[in-house]
Amino acid sequence: MAEKHVGHIEPYSAQFGTMIPMGGQKFLRTCVLWQLVRFVAINIRMTILILKSHH
Amino acid sequence: MARLVVMGGGVSGHTAATFAKKYLGKEHEVVVVTPNSKWNWIPSNIWVGVGEMTSNDVTFALAPVYKKAGIDYRQAKAVSINPEGKNDNDKPFITIEYTSKDKAGTSEELTYDYLINATGPKLNFGATEGLGEGSELGSHTVSVCTADHATHANLELKACIEKMKNGERQTFLIGTGHGMCTCQGAAFEYIFNIEKTLADAGVRDMADMKWISNESFLGDFGMGGLHFKVGGYATSSKVFSESLYAERGLEWIIGAHVNKVEAGVAHYELLDGTMNSQEFDFAMLIPPFAGVGLKAYAKDSSDITDTIFAPNGFMKVDANYNAGSYENWKASDWPKTLQNPTYSNIFAVGIAFAPPHPISKPMSSPNGTPIVPTPPRTGMPSAMMGKAVTLSICDMILKGATEPTHTSSMAEMGAACVASAGKGLFTGTAAAMTVYPIVPDFEKYPGVGRDMNGTTGEIGLAAHWVKHILHHIFIWKAKLKPGWTLIPE
Repeated sequence: MAEKHVGHIEPYSAQFGTMIPMGGQKFLRTCVLWQLVRFVAINIRMTILILKSHH
Repeated sequence: MARLVVMGGGVSGHTAATFAKKYLGKEHEVVVVTPNSKWNWIPSNIWVGVGEMTSNDVTFALAPVYKKAGIDYRQAKAVSINPEGKNDNDKPFITIEYTSKDKAGTSEELTYDYLINATGPKLNFGATEGLGEGSELGSHTVSVCTADHATHANLELKACIEKMKNGERQTFLIGTGHGMCTCQGAAFEYIFNIEKTLADAGVRDMADMKWISNESFLGDFGMGGLHFKVGGYATSSKVFSESLYAERGLEWIIGAHVNKVEAGVAHYELLDGTMNSQEFDFAMLIPPFAGVGLKAYAKDSSDITDTIFAPNGFMKVDANYNAGSYENWKASDWPKTLQNPTYSNIFAVGIAFAPPHPISKPMSSPNGTPIVPTPPRTGMPSAMMGKAVTLSICDMILKGATEPTHTSSMAEMGAACVASAGKGLFTGTAAAMTVYPIVPDFEKYPGVGRDMNGTTGEIGLAAHWVKHILHHIFIWKAKLKPGWTLIPE
C-alpha cells in the first residue's frame, strides 16, 4: 500500500530526500470532521496574529 | 479643509483612502488617483487562471464605491510629484494623466496637503529578454498578475488539456522569470492549482511539471524561509515545501535567474554559474517588480527624483538604507512610520516603499549575477501599513500631531498567508501559514529569528475554506458593505 504514496519518487532525485505524506496524513487533510476542528484552530491563530500586529 | 491624495487604489491604497474618509468625514477631502477602473482581489487570480473563477468574480468597479464613500476618484496615473510647489506657489502638487475613456491623455495638477504613495509595482516583464516589453506581457508565457492575464492563462491551459486528452504530452514550467523576483507565493499557488486541475481532468499522467525559482531553497518565499512547530520539531519551510512538491510529483529548479525566454524554451543561469535551458509547452513566469517610474521636481523645476526615490523606483521612507552587508542587517533597519525623510507630508505603503534590503540572504552566481528574492510586501502587511499611515495622517490633520502617531514595521508585525493548493469544497487544500514577525529578528528570537508560538503552518481542506471565505470577506470589505470596518486587515 505504501507504494501508492511513494511509488512515483525517483531514487536519489531531489524528491528522494524529503518527507512524503502517507495515507493517514493525506486522509486527515480532507477529513471533514478533523478539518472543522482545524478550521477553528486556524482562525484562532490568525486572530491572535492580527491582534499582535496592530500597533 | 485638508486634502489627502492617495496614489494607487490597490489593497494598501484602497484601505488607506477608505479609512481616511471614514475618520476625516466631510470636512476634509480624500482623493484617489488610480489608472484602473476596477479593484482586483489579486489572491484569487490563480483561481481565474485555472477556470475556477471568472474575471468578474475577482474584480468590481471602483467608481460607485468611491461615490458612495464620498471619495474623489480620478481614473488617472500619477506622473510626477512637486513636493515644494512651483514658481510663486508653495502648495505641493502631483501631476496626473487621465486614463479614463472620456479624458484619456488629459493632464492635471492636483494639489495636496498629505500624499500617500500606494502605486504598487510596475510589472517589469521587460527586465527579461522575451518575457515582455516594459510592463507588457510577451507572447511566449502567461501570467496571473492581473485578472485579464489570468483569464488568458486559463484559455492557454485549457488548450494544453485538450492536447493531453489527444495523447500529446505537455511540459509545464511555473515560477519566477528573473533572479530578482518576489511573489513566489502566487506562482506556488498556481502550480499546485494546475496540478489539481490536470488531475481532475484525468490527464495528470500526461504532464511533466517543473518549478523554477530564484529562491536558494524551496520555501524561502522571499522571507529567508521560516520554521514552525510540526510533530514536536521546529520544521523548516524547506522541508514543508519539498514534501508538498514531492507528494504531487513536481520537480524543482532553484537558485535560477531566467535571462531569456523564447517560444517554448526558457534560458536560465544557476547560482553555481552554469547556463541551462528548459523547454516548455506552457509557462507562467512571474516578472520582477519595479517602481512605477514617478518623477519628482523641486520648486525650481530641478529633478529631485533621486532624493525621494531609490534607484529601483520605490519611495524612500524611514528605513536604514545604509545597513551594508547581510551580517549587519537588523530588524530595526525596517521602516516604522513609512514617512518620507525629506518631505514629512509624504508617505509610502505596500509595494511602493523602498525596503532597506532583501530579507533573504543575498546571493550571486560566480558570474556576478544577483539571484535573490526581493522582499514580499503584499496582502495583509500592505493593508496594515495603509491603515497605520492613515491613522497617523488623521491625527496630524485632526489633532495637530507633528509626528506620525502610528507605526507599521514589517519587523514588528506578523502575516497570515493562505496558499491554495487546489480548489474544491471537499477536495481542495491549501497551506495556512502564520509568520511572526515577517522580517526575522535574530536578536529577539535567536536561532530561527521568529516567535515559534506565532509562526505556524499546516496543509488541509480547512485552509482552503479559509482562503475561499477570505475571498468573499475582503471583497465585501473593499465594497464598503455593512460592517466593513469590523473586518480586520
